Amino acid sequence: MSRKKTEREYKRSFAYHFFRWLNGNEDPLMGQVEMKPQKPYQETPEEIRRKIRERNALFLRFYGVVKSREVRNFERVYKIASVIFCSILIALLLLTVSYLPPVGSVERPINNEVAQRYIEKGLEETGAVNIVSGMILDYRAFDTLGESHVLFTATVTVLILLRLDKKKDSKNSSPMERTEIDDQVYEPQNDAILQGAAFILVPIIIIFGIYVILNGHLGPGGGFSGGAIIGAGLILYLNAFGFQKTERFFTEKTYKWISFSALSFYCVAKSYSFYTGANHLESIIPKGAPGAILSSGLILPLNIAVGLVVASTMYAFFVMFRKGGF
Amino acid sequence: MGGNLLINYGEAVAAILFGIGFGNLLLQSNLIKKIIGLNIMDSAIYLFLAEKGYIAGRIAPIAIDNSPHVEDYINPIPSGLVLTGIVVSVSVTALMLSLTIRLYKRYHTLDLDEISQVLKREG
Repeated sequence: MSRKKTEREYKRSFAYHFFRWLNGNEDPLMGQVEMKPQKPYQETPEEIRRKIRERNALFLRFYGVVKSREVRNFERVYKIASVIFCSILIALLLLTVSYLPPVGSVERPINNEVAQRYIEKGLEETGAVNIVSGMILDYRAFDTLGESHVLFTATVTVLILLRLDKKKDSKNSSPMERTEIDDQVYEPQNDAILQGAAFILVPIIIIFGIYVILNGHLGPGGGFSGGAIIGAGLILYLNAFGFQKTERFFTEKTYKWISFSALSFYCVAKSYSFYTGANHLESIIPKGAPGAILSSGLILPLNIAVGLVVASTMYAFFVMFRKGGF
Repeated sequence: MGGNLLINYGEAVAAILFGIGFGNLLLQSNLIKKIIGLNIMDSAIYLFLAEKGYIAGRIAPIAIDNSPHVEDYINPIPSGLVLTGIVVSVSVTALMLSLTIRLYKRYHTLDLDEISQVLKREG
């Protein structure tokens, strides 16, 4: 049975002081330390400005980007000089433009016999109703081959530059790399509005792209524009349904094979036509009736090849910027 | 000064756009904004080429009968050149953006001045 303490005894005991200190009712130093009454916290504008300045100075020191006075002066001079330079450039170009022959007139030096030859003989020699298509895929097919290779080379270079290091596991990588990996894992999925829109739009976009490619020799269009449209449709599909859906039919291997076969088909086909053309041989490829879908010799297959390269390149660019490699 | 500045207003706009893009390239220290400046210059070139090929009162070079005459159509050559320009511009933009991503991963900033200062400090 415990003995009941009187209040005077209890106030002298250890437990009383301990619980008062614990509950914050009493501080043992309270009576011995001089304390000033606290003012409510208020910042004057000067103080805010001083703090911002100090913070900026700290950041500058921390990141080591302290600008000396010479650098600041140089930057000022550089900015003024570049504005003056650009103004002089614009003035010179405008002066040149004012001496150019008027837009829309026939007597300009660009309207020479080359354009005349392309227009008057183009339909007969290439079979393409769209004269620009006939020009870039027949007379200047070498140029277009170079363009396709520029696209392919750019994709390969971007792949080399953005490739993630696969050997690093998530524990040893830096916070930034971990954030990137997390971005891929936890990317938003199953957006109902986006999926509903993509469900309707993607087939229409891709069919329109195919139409533009197949119609390239008959009307406005061709491999480059149609390929870009198909690439846009694929990117929309990817954004709506995620990588798991697209990786079923489009991976790095698919890209490699599509690009390789399209570019090599282009090379072989145009080699044949250059060979026959240079040696005055008769080409076995029929021209067909102008205006029919199966006409104009090699232009339709070449348009399809270019369209495949462009579509897969557009999609590959997006995937690599999004995910860092396939 | 020649008198065709107002008649060639499309080419004048192309010249001004080119200057604006070049100024962007010089003045901005952010790498993404520099790339945007280069793309503005590209667009100026496309506009200039399209203006070059235009002939008043003629239609696009898509043959409407079996024996086309040069008097009916605009010049097809600048159209082909614009196509080349667009393709090269897309490739160059993708290449520059990926290089920018590499620089950002290495230096954690897009500011070219800061990158060069860090480079100078590292020696």
